[in-house]
Amino acid sequence: MTSESATPAYASARARGLGSSRRRARALRRALRRVGLDALMIVVALIVLFPLLFALSTSLKTGAEVDRYPPTLWPHVLNFGNYPAAMQQAPLPRFLLNSFVQAGAITLGQLVTASLAAFAFAFVEFPGRQWLFFLFLSTLMIPGEVTLIPNYLTVRSLGWLDTYPGLIAPYLATAFGTFLLRQFFLTIPRELQDAARIDGASRRRFLWMIVLPLSRPALATLAIYAFLSSWNQYLWPLLVINSTGMRTVQIGLALLQSQEIISWSVVMAGVVLIVLPTVVLFILGYRHVVRGLTAGAVKG
Amino acid sequence: MKSAYALLQALAYLIASLAVFAAFVFYPLVRNVQLSLYDTTPFGGLSAFIGTRNYAQLFTSPDFLNSLRVTVLFAVYTVPAGIVCGLPLALLANRRIRGIAAYRTAYSFTIAVSIAAAALIWEWMLDPNVGILNYLLSLVHGPRIGWLTDPHWALPAVAATTVWQSLGFNVVVLLAALQGVPDELVEAARIDGGGQWAVFLHVVVPAISPALFFVGVVATLGVLQSFGQVHILTQGGPVGATNVIVYSIYRNAFFNFRFGLAAAQAMVLFVLVLAFTVLQFAVFERWVSYQ
Repeated sequence: MTSESATPAYASARARGLGSSRRRARALRRALRRVGLDALMIVVALIVLFPLLFALSTSLKTGAEVDRYPPTLWPHVLNFGNYPAAMQQAPLPRFLLNSFVQAGAITLGQLVTASLAAFAFAFVEFPGRQWLFFLFLSTLMIPGEVTLIPNYLTVRSLGWLDTYPGLIAPYLATAFGTFLLRQFFLTIPRELQDAARIDGASRRRFLWMIVLPLSRPALATLAIYAFLSSWNQYLWPLLVINSTGMRTVQIGLALLQSQEIISWSVVMAGVVLIVLPTVVLFILGYRHVVRGLTAGAVKG
Repeated sequence: MKSAYALLQALAYLIASLAVFAAFVFYPLVRNVQLSLYDTTPFGGLSAFIGTRNYAQLFTSPDFLNSLRVTVLFAVYTVPAGIVCGLPLALLANRRIRGIAAYRTAYSFTIAVSIAAAALIWEWMLDPNVGILNYLLSLVHGPRIGWLTDPHWALPAVAATTVWQSLGFNVVVLLAALQGVPDELVEAARIDGGGQWAVFLHVVVPAISPALFFVGVVATLGVLQSFGQVHILTQGGPVGATNVIVYSIYRNAFFNFRFGLAAAQAMVLFVLVLAFTVLQFAVFERWVSYQ
């Protein structure tokens, strides 16, 4: 298309040629930019994930390779022995069980208490509703660190130190979850409630048969959010639990780290094991995690 | 009569939550105020009313003043860095290309990683002898740094761990904000002849500024309440260089058994957190009105 000759006869053709070549150049630049950005995105993903990938790779190295300097990126010999070793140095299956009981009970409890409370706030008109709702929201302003010492004393006086109730009870209600569900309940048409009442359904039946089934997405969001945050708790379990057998995974890992000689490949195997449940949950429930984190923030 | 019945019905639905809040939020808050005004026994009982003497002692104690200083410094290291690292990731994640969902998951992945796991991974990477960070430094002939044992480097090292672990949250919030910026707004600015940078600086950044602020406040709240990474990486050391407020409360209450003093510290933390939470709610409102 580009013409070498500059004779007047071809002037207009040349101009057209130039125009299209400029367009081509621009398209080429845009394509290059796109490819560059694609490459950048992959590099950035690798950097962000590097600590995790490196932990995974370390967990598959032999003891000798871990201590080698310079460090190797990939295990030269795949060694799965660190996983059984980690389970031997610390009762990880027991810790996993404890964490599942703790996080599972908190999740279930929050689903129940938050649906009930949100239902009252969304569907029952009662005197003092606004005031009580404000009281709920006010708990969001009180950080757990402030109630830490008295709660420890309470749990101790109840004889709940080193027990599941001690781990679970303080977290059985959630202002955030109540707020989240109330916002969702408010989108359910009022007519449904009227129709249910005309059909002679009680409030309880309306909640159970209509509201909750319709609210499955919001319930899933709350469940995933509650499970992730209680699974990852650190300070409270550290205070309440003092026997080895009752530790949750987060504080149980310290056992691997406090060995006389730290074997990093074993510690990283432990890390991989305790991160796995939340990683699976995160990948499967990504939409819900995002919705939970941005709930009030973006949608109002 | 009817409204009294409605109230009773409502209370039946609310009672479970109210009971938990009463026992584990409101009562302990009052109890904490009380503890902070008393001299306490090592077992946590009240021994003598001493008014504000715990507070007076705090504000003259070099330890406490140090923990405030460390916490502020910690915020300076982590909050801006969290935004500076999070925003480019969110911008990339906001592209409309095939397979973007995978990138979004990757960029916000650290949400799935607990602070304990993050701290252990970083402790391994920061190992002075066989850690990968010192190896990378040695490639550019850098010195071998005792990241967690050198008072100058311990706090930045803990901060780096924290920035990485909270990156996922920042990306999710900033991405949500970017997705809320109307296409027409950006298009219009382009047509008016705005270059990439100009459009970004003068159109996109103002549009997401409430979200940027929100992320900053949430990160600050996170710093005020951080504990796990310090407990695992440095135990507040070396020589108090990473002794953040919550770690200091933990030490005073559960190692020195000075519950009254620790309760007073917790009250100071409460006031700080409250100030930032109010700020957060205020921004919240503004953000919502933007949509």
